Amino acid sequence: MDLILFIVFAMFAVASALGLILQTHPINSALSLIGVMGSLAVLYLLLGAEFIAAAQLVVYAGAIMVLFLFVIMLLNAGEERNPWKAPVVAYIGGPVVIFLIGAFVYLINFTLPPMRSVSFGDFTGGGPREIGMAIFTKYLLPFEVTSVLILIAIVGAMVLARKEID
Amino acid sequence: MEFIIITLVKTGLVAFILLTTLAYLQWVERKVIAHVQARVGPYRVGPHGLLQPLADVVKLMTKEDLIPDHVNKVFYVLAPFLAVFLALLSISVIPFGPAVEIFGIKTNLGLADINIGILLILAVSSLGVYGIALAGWASNNKYSLMGGLRSAAQMVSYELPMALAIAAPLILSNSLNLREIVDTQAGNWYGIPNWNIFTGGQIFGFFLFMIAAFAETNRIPFDLPEAENELVAGFHVEYSSMKFAGFFMAEYANMITVCSVATVLFLGGWHSPIPSQAGSGVFAALVHFAAAGMLFFHAMHAARPFDKITFPVFGVVISGIGAIFLAGAFVWPALGAAINGLFWYGAKTFILLFVFIWIRATLPRFRYDQLMRFAWLFMFPAALLNMLITAFFVALKG
Repeated sequence: MDLILFIVFAMFAVASALGLILQTHPINSALSLIGVMGSLAVLYLLLGAEFIAAAQLVVYAGAIMVLFLFVIMLLNAGEERNPWKAPVVAYIGGPVVIFLIGAFVYLINFTLPPMRSVSFGDFTGGGPREIGMAIFTKYLLPFEVTSVLILIAIVGAMVLARKEID
Repeated sequence: MEFIIITLVKTGLVAFILLTTLAYLQWVERKVIAHVQARVGPYRVGPHGLLQPLADVVKLMTKEDLIPDHVNKVFYVLAPFLAVFLALLSISVIPFGPAVEIFGIKTNLGLADINIGILLILAVSSLGVYGIALAGWASNNKYSLMGGLRSAAQMVSYELPMALAIAAPLILSNSLNLREIVDTQAGNWYGIPNWNIFTGGQIFGFFLFMIAAFAETNRIPFDLPEAENELVAGFHVEYSSMKFAGFFMAEYANMITVCSVATVLFLGGWHSPIPSQAGSGVFAALVHFAAAGMLFFHAMHAARPFDKITFPVFGVVISGIGAIFLAGAFVWPALGAAINGLFWYGAKTFILLFVFIWIRATLPRFRYDQLMRFAWLFMFPAALLNMLITAFFVALKG
């Protein structure tokens, strides 16, 4: 059962990710990205990380992508022109992709430590309690630093917007 | 296997009751608003217009389903389905009553009992905006687009105060599981029910949640996405037939969901406000008998000829329900626990739904800049403060 769900949603995630890149209209691409987020949330759920699955939906699919969609709708962005016609893409696009995939496969196979195979239901530390304990005890410093980073981004956005208004 | 069968039966029952409630909520809304405005409301179809929802469903199903030429077909068709699907989804984690044992079958009253229930509701409600925003965009109409944009901005803005208002009772209950949250609100403290709104001190949080809930469900006074006087009908201008009805179903289903969430988080879920020593078991029976008595009394002084027949019929049905509650209180305690839980849950949710309708009949619409200013300058800081104070007291208590 777990395996079937995994295969279905993994395929859906990959298909949506391909759709995100191959679609020419920004709205279609944005909705494909929501598809990726949604299927990733299901995969997290299958692995036993319920809190991360819910956070993935609330934060990415529910808030960030709504803002993306909002901006696309507000600017009324039209269809993108076909990128395959550009000479850079047409001539060196294929080799670059092959090189990147090759490099990625090499890195995973030869430099990372060998991985144990993952089985569903092994992981039990994905509840809200465990995540909260981890964030506020063991990983407190990274958590606070990230918060400050986001705060800086917010203040920066406000400064930029304020300059525009004046 | 038994689990699957029980779940299927429960799902079917909940779906049936939910859809019937959706249809009749429309009738209740029209009746309540009519009486607020000194009209009678639907009256022709069935006694007191009781069959009006049926007539509406037939009308909407048999109307021509137009797909205009200038729309983006895929998203135009997808949007109402998305809206209805997401609106109906979140009812699955709401607990309606305690764990009961009837005919040897032990089950929780409620569909799914998951330990991140409230997060699932937040996730689904934050996804709910896609139905409306996509409908507005795909209709390829400037009024629809304005409605869709407004709805996206409004729902993102009001989600923050809503989530923060929800966080306070979660801190009090120390759980994200809705059933456990209700269980922590059992009992009473010197006669005051132990609900989060009273002994938890969440009365302020409750009002913040309800205000945000009005905005999340696009109801008056926050129904800017469909403001008739500016946007014709907003995001659903181009829709007809069942697709149009889909948006209404989604709106009413969302209302039921947020009222259920408010009941569960703040009003003690299925727990009775009357202590069991003071006879909470017979209260529901008394309510039903009083209603039946009123119907019989009005039947004796019938103003309209049909009332002589319909009022006693309804009176007999309602006193029958009252008799079931009485049997639950004295003869069959297992049944009594189940139906009393459902009664209190239903009563609280319905009172909140009535507040939604009441406010629609009372308040004018906000202006859009007022709506946004209210969200960010009042609701958000107030909800944050409420959460901090609650957290402080919980920490103080240890």
